[in-house]
Amino acid sequence: MKNTIDRCGFAAALAMGAAICLSGPVSAQETFKVGIVTFLSGQAAQSFGVPAWDGGKILVEKMNAGEAPAPYDKKGFGGLVIEPVVIDEAGGATTQVQEYRNLVQRENVDVVVGYVGSGDCLAVAPVAEELKQFTILYDCGTPRIFEDADYEYVFRTAAHATQDNVGLVRYLKATGVDIETYSGINQDYAWGHDSWADFKAAMGQIYPDATVTAELFPAFGAGQYGTEISALMQRRADVVHTSLWGGDLQAMILQALPRGLFQRSQVALSAGDHSLPPLGDNFPEGVIVGARGAYGFMAPKSELNDWWWKIYTDAYDVMPVQAPYRMAQALLGLKLAVERAMEANGGKKPNSEELAAAMKGSSWESPGGRIEMVNGNGHQAIQPIGFGRSMKNDDGHIVLGDIIRFPARCVNPPADMKGIEWIEAGFPEAECE
Amino acid sequence: MSARVFTIAALGALALIALGLVAPDWLLFTVTKAIGFGLVALGIVALMRGGLVSFGQGLYYCAGAYVSGLISNRLEVTDVAILLFAGALAGGLAAAAISPLISRYRGIFFAMLTMALSMVLYGVLAKVTAIGGSDGFNVASPSFFGWTPGVAKADYALFAAAVVAAALAAALCRLYFDSGPGLIALASRENELRVEYLGASVFTVTQRNVIVAGALAGLGGALNGFALGHIDPYFSYWTTSGEVVFIAILGGYASVIAVFGAALITELVRSFSGQYFPESWQLSLGLFLLVVIVFLPRGFGSLWAGRRGGGAREEPK
Repeated sequence: MKNTIDRCGFAAALAMGAAICLSGPVSAQETFKVGIVTFLSGQAAQSFGVPAWDGGKILVEKMNAGEAPAPYDKKGFGGLVIEPVVIDEAGGATTQVQEYRNLVQRENVDVVVGYVGSGDCLAVAPVAEELKQFTILYDCGTPRIFEDADYEYVFRTAAHATQDNVGLVRYLKATGVDIETYSGINQDYAWGHDSWADFKAAMGQIYPDATVTAELFPAFGAGQYGTEISALMQRRADVVHTSLWGGDLQAMILQALPRGLFQRSQVALSAGDHSLPPLGDNFPEGVIVGARGAYGFMAPKSELNDWWWKIYTDAYDVMPVQAPYRMAQALLGLKLAVERAMEANGGKKPNSEELAAAMKGSSWESPGGRIEMVNGNGHQAIQPIGFGRSMKNDDGHIVLGDIIRFPARCVNPPADMKGIEWIEAGFPEAECE
Repeated sequence: MSARVFTIAALGALALIALGLVAPDWLLFTVTKAIGFGLVALGIVALMRGGLVSFGQGLYYCAGAYVSGLISNRLEVTDVAILLFAGALAGGLAAAAISPLISRYRGIFFAMLTMALSMVLYGVLAKVTAIGGSDGFNVASPSFFGWTPGVAKADYALFAAAVVAAALAAALCRLYFDSGPGLIALASRENELRVEYLGASVFTVTQRNVIVAGALAGLGGALNGFALGHIDPYFSYWTTSGEVVFIAILGGYASVIAVFGAALITELVRSFSGQYFPESWQLSLGLFLLVVIVFLPRGFGSLWAGRRGGGAREEPK
């Protein structure tokens, strides 16, 4: 018994000791500490979390070396070395609130950039406000963040989900798809329901005579879609809408392929570009694909995008999809905000108030086009969005063609309107030219 | 006996509240959350003493969080004592409603049935968009007997409330475990048939333990809801229940204090390994659990309470 106690006491002491040593202040003064939170395990890791951090890692490396093109060519953030601290987003909103507090109160990070999950964003935003900590939400889609509350220290550098489905319907119209009937297969949680509601509302405006033949909501992570595919085949519709993502989307595509769903209906993926690299040439032809922004194949031609595409593909041997683009636009916007704040305060490392003042209402060029922080009282970004159709290129590989990009103000609500109200009011003030 | 237990609990609570004055903010929050989980684990300990393990405590944990959170949001009742009591009551009532159904089952059937019920609640809450659906909703910080602490003091105030709730729960559980009905639970763990022959009802014992465990889980859920400021259906997800079962196993059933220590250590190990090994934190957490199970098969509590509570000669089941 004595032995056991000693051994355990020793193990516990070792663990605690290690924890205390590791947590001690080690950062030198000239670093800028960025807490990065993204999925490194779980369902959203392969499609969003890991590619996002891959993109962030290579971008931070290049920015620290001062190798990014102008206006991002200063070393680090205005000369401060960027020191990332990465945390896994898995475990749900409760774990994330705790880890967020640890990042801020224990690790003393200067900024937190993170969160793919809408629930995580909703949970973390009020905590950020309470701790007065400058925080960037880089990916999550729910419009509720700034539509339901006002924040001073919280920013979202990507457009929310309204544009995904408004843009998709505009693309259907612009490419002349005739629609008398449509159906939807979306996951049975907030993202799936919100996406379908936005799509249906936008269809009601642009295709007022089209009718719904099937609304299917398989469970999140279901993996088996045989029944749903049968229902979609039987209630044949001109267009099948889906906001599925990740493993669920891949499973659905692979199971629908041999049954001919893609020949029978025009399938439209509102956010499915990240399934292109893993499926490769197994990806069906003729599918309409969105990326939640003008990303990847849909990105506008620019020096910045060429550079970004090159550093990403050189490092990982795969094309960047939506998540790394969104991480990049967050970090680039943050870089400019830090540098503007340093200009204003005489070159000191800026605090949260100075960063928030510099970020509010700003705009910057990203590989996916211009990001403008104009909604949510200057805290919520709008951005252009692109869509394409899968097709074989000359080498027989699947790529996206027929690409159309819509300007930010064509697919995003104006500052004073909620997304769904804007759609139902018939897109007032939309600027599509 | 009871005076001594309450004195120890009061002294322990005062000491912790005093320590809280010098502890860093992040630790205060982590301890508060650990206490929330520890309360749920204490409920599992009550069940374990009767020879049962529930994989579905998330059900009562979630019920406590949602009920207290909705009372705070919709009825604008903000007092921490009322809200925590409401959470415990909700958990206890939910358990009372379910207990006649599940108390007949034993072993893996009991565990899986409780888990299934908690997943039913998860599925229902994820669909109800009026209370946030799968994204949940935010709750404001509670007030403390008419006093509304500012942002700077809110963490500390809730920590103090959590310590008081934990001390009270631990003291009451100690008294219950050492009372006649509590000891019969321990006996039914050993031999249910013999307990029945002695004239006690194993069904009643189990039912009582299920309700105690439900109330404790509801209290923990209410506490964590306010600590986190956000409540979502994930509270009822099976992984939440699983995490608490691990804490209960780490703590062991001999001591009512060990579960809180086990909860805190689990939180710290998870948090630090998450930070230093972000891509393999599950591995380090798993190794830690293995080490504890190998060297302390009856949990942390057996370090100091091995000869108490009648557990000394028992082998783990």
